[in-house]
Amino acid sequence: MAALSPHSGRKGRPALLASFLRSPLAVFAAVLLVVLVAGAMLAPWVALTNPYDLATLDLMNSRMPPYWEADGQWPFILGTDNQGGDILSLILYGLRTSLAVGVLAVCVSVGLGTVLGLIAGYYGGWPGAIIMRAADVQFTFPAIILALLIGGLSKGVLTPSQQAEFAIPLVVLALGISHWPHFARLVRGAVLVERNKDYVAAARLAGRGPGFIMLRQILPNVVNPIAVLATLDIAFAIMGEATLSFLGFGLPPTEPSLGTLIRTGYQYLFSGEWWLVVFPALALMLVVVAVNLFGDWLRDALNPGLR
Amino acid sequence: MTAFLAQRLGQAVIVLTVVSFLAFLLSSQIGDPVVSILGMQSTPEDRAILRARLGLDDPFLIRYLSYMGNVLRGEFGISYANQRPVADLILARLPATLELAGVALFMSLALGLPIGIYAAIYRGHWTSDAILTATVIGVSIPTFVIAILLIFAFSVTLGWLPSFGRGQVVQVGWWTTGFLTESGRRALLMPAAALAISQVALVARLVRAEMIEVLRTDYIRFARARGLRPRIINLSLALRNTLIPVITVSGIQLGFLFAFAVVAEAVFQWPGIGLLFLQALGSTDVPVIGAILLLTAAFFVAVNTVVDLLYAVVDPRLRAGEATGRPAGGH
Repeated sequence: MAALSPHSGRKGRPALLASFLRSPLAVFAAVLLVVLVAGAMLAPWVALTNPYDLATLDLMNSRMPPYWEADGQWPFILGTDNQGGDILSLILYGLRTSLAVGVLAVCVSVGLGTVLGLIAGYYGGWPGAIIMRAADVQFTFPAIILALLIGGLSKGVLTPSQQAEFAIPLVVLALGISHWPHFARLVRGAVLVERNKDYVAAARLAGRGPGFIMLRQILPNVVNPIAVLATLDIAFAIMGEATLSFLGFGLPPTEPSLGTLIRTGYQYLFSGEWWLVVFPALALMLVVVAVNLFGDWLRDALNPGLR
Repeated sequence: MTAFLAQRLGQAVIVLTVVSFLAFLLSSQIGDPVVSILGMQSTPEDRAILRARLGLDDPFLIRYLSYMGNVLRGEFGISYANQRPVADLILARLPATLELAGVALFMSLALGLPIGIYAAIYRGHWTSDAILTATVIGVSIPTFVIAILLIFAFSVTLGWLPSFGRGQVVQVGWWTTGFLTESGRRALLMPAAALAISQVALVARLVRAEMIEVLRTDYIRFARARGLRPRIINLSLALRNTLIPVITVSGIQLGFLFAFAVVAEAVFQWPGIGLLFLQALGSTDVPVIGAILLLTAAFFVAVNTVVDLLYAVVDPRLRAGEATGRPAGGH
């Protein structure tokens, strides 16, 4: 994504809100996100069938196309799978997992990257050098390759029951670890700029410790670019989870996420049951588009110079 | 210039050393080569003999150095899964991936450059905004979803293009090419397009951003003030300086193309390095995984170093000081 300037002009809340309301795309993205997140969170109450509870499935309803097709039936708007699971319900449950994994993975990236970036920027010296060289090494691998590697190797090392138990934490860690250098670079760059400013010198003269200066004085000044990068990173993490799960190195098929749904549905694409794969794929696109549009607006709004 | 070159090469060597160490660590910690070669039924005596022969009882550092020695001679060990030399496996798969990534890179530049230039020149116009929004959608569709949708449209529904494989390939020396046969070219079309679509969007966004920066500079303003025609300003003056970052972009793109080639190759069962990597991951074939990691890193580092050097050649300001002016690319 385009360059993020750490010392962006800060805007007050009202200005940000006004700029939000002026941008139809941002409002569209936000509404879409709210609908998707609400649907995902309310899945246990609004979904027709529950993939975790086989008692809610009825084999009589299996393999139904979307309701506008000849054999389709209300209320299975998007059709059903071969066990009678309602596709829309599956997507809502899958969205739940995908969103949770995406947000948690970004939390890991932001946490690791911010702490390491603060240390590298504030102290420099050999800890900083080691951290930034580690980031350099990691930058020589595309993030998705690294996440695949972590996911794949953990499958080779763990027993199947362990794999099932730790599937979600493993995917979160794989995606989180694969993206921390982006945040570390951003935070370090910002800290290098802020470190030499007068207010930091003043705090140091006043006897404030490095922990206080880093967390309470420098960090608030780099929150904006971190927020922008984190928002856009949620899109990466959601796509990453889907890619890992689709390739068989992420979540198991028993854990419905957008990726596992697409993986399962893809097997039926050639037998004509296209709705099993096309709708989860569209849902995945919708979430990622919404997050990206919103993130882009946020970046432009906090960085008026870029547009 | 010499100092800059030395600094860049030094960094490249450090990165590769670290990666090779990690690859070695991987192969020494996961899996047991002795069991995988002799099988589960082998006797402890046989295993001990083989361990000694393979040098597995040597100190850690000695084993690392001999591993590095082998790697520098192009020997990456024997694959646990196929019992064939890893180097042979990779060489056999390399042409498929390079042809795929090459065609995808060509597609993404051929489309992304003009789109980005247009969007920069007509900034503020609704067509430019529409393009910008379209590119957001473009980068928001994961490669495997594009691949699936393409297969759904062109293989399942229309039946025009094959959904898997490389078609008929022709052997040219050790290289196998799909360019020379009709079925090979048809098979290449969808995987390359699946790879290229999100890259087109990325290239267009980056070119647009860079070109807008250039259009803001003083010399462009002076050119406007002098009354030069917009066409000359845009296409001759501004584009020339926009192309410098484009060098970086295409270099970085090439790396990402490799990454996403893994995904495209999986969906289309394209017999390239990416599919080999996934198969190796699936069977924990550590020698293959390690070798592919090392090659990826070497490729990335080589591309980055070449890009940095080209930068120094084109932009003299970078030669004097430390080279920190290169914009970060990709995501």
